[in-house]
Amino acid sequence: MKRRVVISGVGIYSVLGKNIEEVSASLYNGASGIGLDEARKEVGFRSMLTGILERPNLKELLSRRQRIGLPEQGEYAYVATLEALKNAKIDMDFLEKNEVGILYGNDSSSIPVIESIDRVRETKDTTLLGSGAIFQSMNSTITMNLSVIFKLRGINFTISGACASSSHAVGMAYFLIKHGYQDIVLCGGGQEINPESMGSFDGLSAFSIRHDAPKQASRPFDKNRDGLIPSGGGASLVVESLESALKRGANIIAEIEGYGFSSNGDHISVPNEIGPTQSLERCLKDANKAAKDIDYVNAHATSTLVGDTMEARALNTVFGAASTPISSTKSMTGHEMWMGGASELIYSTIMMHKSFIAPNINFETPDEDSEKLNIISKTTEKKLNRILSNSFGFGGTNSSIILSKYNK
Amino acid sequence: MQKSEIKDIVVGFLMDEFEIEENLIVDDAHLINDLGLESLDFVDIVVIIEKEFGFKVQREDMKDIRVLNDLYNYIEKNM
Repeated sequence: MKRRVVISGVGIYSVLGKNIEEVSASLYNGASGIGLDEARKEVGFRSMLTGILERPNLKELLSRRQRIGLPEQGEYAYVATLEALKNAKIDMDFLEKNEVGILYGNDSSSIPVIESIDRVRETKDTTLLGSGAIFQSMNSTITMNLSVIFKLRGINFTISGACASSSHAVGMAYFLIKHGYQDIVLCGGGQEINPESMGSFDGLSAFSIRHDAPKQASRPFDKNRDGLIPSGGGASLVVESLESALKRGANIIAEIEGYGFSSNGDHISVPNEIGPTQSLERCLKDANKAAKDIDYVNAHATSTLVGDTMEARALNTVFGAASTPISSTKSMTGHEMWMGGASELIYSTIMMHKSFIAPNINFETPDEDSEKLNIISKTTEKKLNRILSNSFGFGGTNSSIILSKYNK
Repeated sequence: MQKSEIKDIVVGFLMDEFEIEENLIVDDAHLINDLGLESLDFVDIVVIIEKEFGFKVQREDMKDIRVLNDLYNYIEKNM
């Protein structure tokens, strides 16, 4: 059984905006969501740069019991999911009567873990942690919370694949639906943005220290980049069989045509060229498409030298001859990590619908690898029928997904 | 501490922390059936009692507390 798979709802809560409309404007305008968190310097960080995002107030939306198990990234994911379900025309009545699954990408929940350990060390009494700590602490916190809040009764687990987590989540949902195991799966990614979650990453000197110009700090593919900027939020997609979406009269946002994955089997933090190349080639093969059929690539590129270089080489191998337009929206968002795969698919659907390519801002000086690519540094009006989005992560996990405009 | 003071503190945290409507908080209100508390909420009540009244609650003790008056009496006895 092979069925067509579509996206019938999207929702976003990111440093570019708190809903699809706001994010659409930011993408078009090449706005940056990066700023300074000066408190990071006081607690020993090398970099004070971060995506800037306030936490939503959920008191009017959720009961105490529903709120108490939700950590920061769970709050973002919840708000994004409300928007995704709304534009998918799915309400609580539908969810109670139909089986919907959830596959979400998340790979940390630092604050609840740190606070719990601190409190037990101080009080020597685990009962004083309260009832929410365990549900906030686990990597599966988002799926366990959202499945209860939204009464989901299908597939239900979290995918932890580093910075490719939520891209793999969408890929897995695509497989499950394509092969007939599920009709609808809520997918997405959540990423905490607090300093505590980023200290060990900062310790690797992976972050930019361009403190004098935060909005110019994230410079994927640019020769003068000096590291990535951590960021976060929540991104949700309703992934559904075409048959189910048509039956419900849903608004079909895009079709998922292909998913490719690979593992470098190499270094824990240093990526290589061959793994990403395989992921791209498998994705094209799964979609039965060639490089020339892709109108735009949303690159993973995070603004680190080695990561950008390896991806640039892989992209050149696969898309060089086709001169496919490429940009990294991380130039605006910073690195949304566990959430990045899902959010960048959403950014790509926005571009497809509004017929433009969001710019790779701050791309001013190519290096010897990026100069071979068609990198779009200014907002470009262009009809996009088919896009590919890359997500790669520590441990050498790679994911690529192809989306197209829905055609009967 | 007078029992009335204990009641004021308990009513305060039931309203603020547990978001229970004031008119439901009467002496013979059943914690589960009337106030809508569930087993996980008792974990949080243990935390709040220690914070507000300064003594350590044994989780097992909570099994005998069914209505609010039981809770007031338990706190008074252990203060």
